[in-house]
Amino acid sequence: MKNLDVKILTKHLDDPTLHTLSGYESHGGYGGLRKALKGGMTPEKVHEEVKAANLRGRGGAGFPAGIKWGFLPKQTEKPVYLVVNADEGEPGTFKDRLIMERNPHSLIEGCLLACWAIKSKTCYIYIRGELFKSYKHVEQAIDEARAKGYIGRNILGSGFDCEIYPHPGAGAYICGEEMALIESLEGKPGQPRNKPPFPAVVGLFGCPTIVNNVETLAYVPWIVENGGQAYADLGCERNGGLKLWGVSGHVKRPGLYELPMGVPMRYLIEECAGGMRGKVPMKGVIPGGSSCPPLLASEIDIALDFESLKQANSMLGTGCLTVFEEGVCTVRLASRIAHFYEHESCGQCTPCREGTGWLHRNIKKLEHGEHLEGGLGLLESICNRILGNTICALGDAAAMPIQGFLQRFGDEWAAHLGAGRCPVEA
Amino acid sequence: MSLAFSENAQRRFDLIVGRYPNLQAALLPVLHLAQAEFGHVSPEVMDFVGHLLGVPPIKVQQVATFYTMYNLAPVGRFHVQVCTNIACYLTGGKEILCHLKQKLAVENKGTTADGVFTLEEVECLAACGTAPAIQVNDPHDPEWPIAYHENQTVASADALIERLRAKAGSNG
Repeated sequence: MKNLDVKILTKHLDDPTLHTLSGYESHGGYGGLRKALKGGMTPEKVHEEVKAANLRGRGGAGFPAGIKWGFLPKQTEKPVYLVVNADEGEPGTFKDRLIMERNPHSLIEGCLLACWAIKSKTCYIYIRGELFKSYKHVEQAIDEARAKGYIGRNILGSGFDCEIYPHPGAGAYICGEEMALIESLEGKPGQPRNKPPFPAVVGLFGCPTIVNNVETLAYVPWIVENGGQAYADLGCERNGGLKLWGVSGHVKRPGLYELPMGVPMRYLIEECAGGMRGKVPMKGVIPGGSSCPPLLASEIDIALDFESLKQANSMLGTGCLTVFEEGVCTVRLASRIAHFYEHESCGQCTPCREGTGWLHRNIKKLEHGEHLEGGLGLLESICNRILGNTICALGDAAAMPIQGFLQRFGDEWAAHLGAGRCPVEA
Repeated sequence: MSLAFSENAQRRFDLIVGRYPNLQAALLPVLHLAQAEFGHVSPEVMDFVGHLLGVPPIKVQQVATFYTMYNLAPVGRFHVQVCTNIACYLTGGKEILCHLKQKLAVENKGTTADGVFTLEEVECLAACGTAPAIQVNDPHDPEWPIAYHENQTVASADALIERLRAKAGSNG
């Protein structure tokens, strides 16, 4: 196993002033920016280091950040935008909030380095509207960084100009989808656009745009300072570096733990989060937010990396685990998830708009032990009609966990059919 | 047009619109600003914002009705929002919601007769590690108009409501 004691984003979290510029700088903050801008690291060199780092997107999809940056056109007359996806809202996920509230300058420095690498002069940080403290701390961090000359014109005398602006969302999970986020940032309802064209070609205001997650960018300063290979070496094959792992639900010590990519799930749940909160054994875990199919308690000897979870018919997602104990009715839990996707469907595509509601209504029936015409096959068939038939991934995100629950807990779901009540919970 | 921003809000407006290459992009933050200023986003407020930004009323309405944080009708002084999504569901969010419904004698999205509280069940607040969580909006608090209360229990949520009631009574 890799060294589990290395920390990056949480290393100085015990410093209550870390969110201020002086606090961040007292721990060497903005060293990455100085190294790049004053130490002669060209944008291409920064880009190379991020590629070498095997830094996979931390928003859930796991796309390598360095490769994404490479999709920008080599020559363009238009401005290039960096957009930070800080619309954290995938149920079960609470990691970007920590960075924005308690270590916001790591994000700001990461934005500046990314802008340098992709030759962008403007960055918008799209922060979920409910996260007021995050917004405040990011806005303060931007103001402090600007006053110090890290943001604005001719940064550190390098000739590099860059502006960073915070932008509040207003309550819509769908805006975490990059095309919906771009629409929202343009002052419109958050309804995803068809891809292609991808945002790297036609994004914000019709210009080339890179959309990265908060955590992804917050790791960039360390990568620039210490080298991409050093970051890659902290993680496992094809999954570079560290990650903020979350554990919530029925564990003793819910919270965030910064550990290498590829760390065993059992270690995270049992050693870090202290195992189950009481004597009731674990029943299952939703690995990375509500769109990820659940795993059984017997499946937690798995490495937390994108490939391993995929192999297990689930997803790593945002890396925030929701653990639940025996006695929890998985139909009821899934019903809550199905309710969420029905509520959050933007309504643009029929299979999602109608399918998420249809799915929720039938799972709700099952929850109360009603009979379903067509049995559990009805739920499978609704899922199959949504999957792959929508503009964005919200439809898939609604269908995949239900398929996962059916696969893992099929007997329990079948026992609900026509039972007249929930056979699991009293 | 009878509505107007206060001096402070106008300064904030100028700052916001300076961030974007066109005025429509400022629509979400300006609607937040208008809601803070006028209490809720009425059709009159939508017209006012549309006029300021040169955006047709229908486009303002599309945005104001798409996002959940814009209140299209008046809400109570304290907008109490209880998360019941997965982590909060597993740790007692539903029980807290039930208790507050009884305590305040309102249904979901209802406002108490005295206009002090609006209660609402909401989706994941990104506070799963400190579940269950309650978000309270208090437009009278200029520093922290949106506050999170985490690691809640039925008893602590009950006490929270009492504290807020006292605050409203003292006009704080």
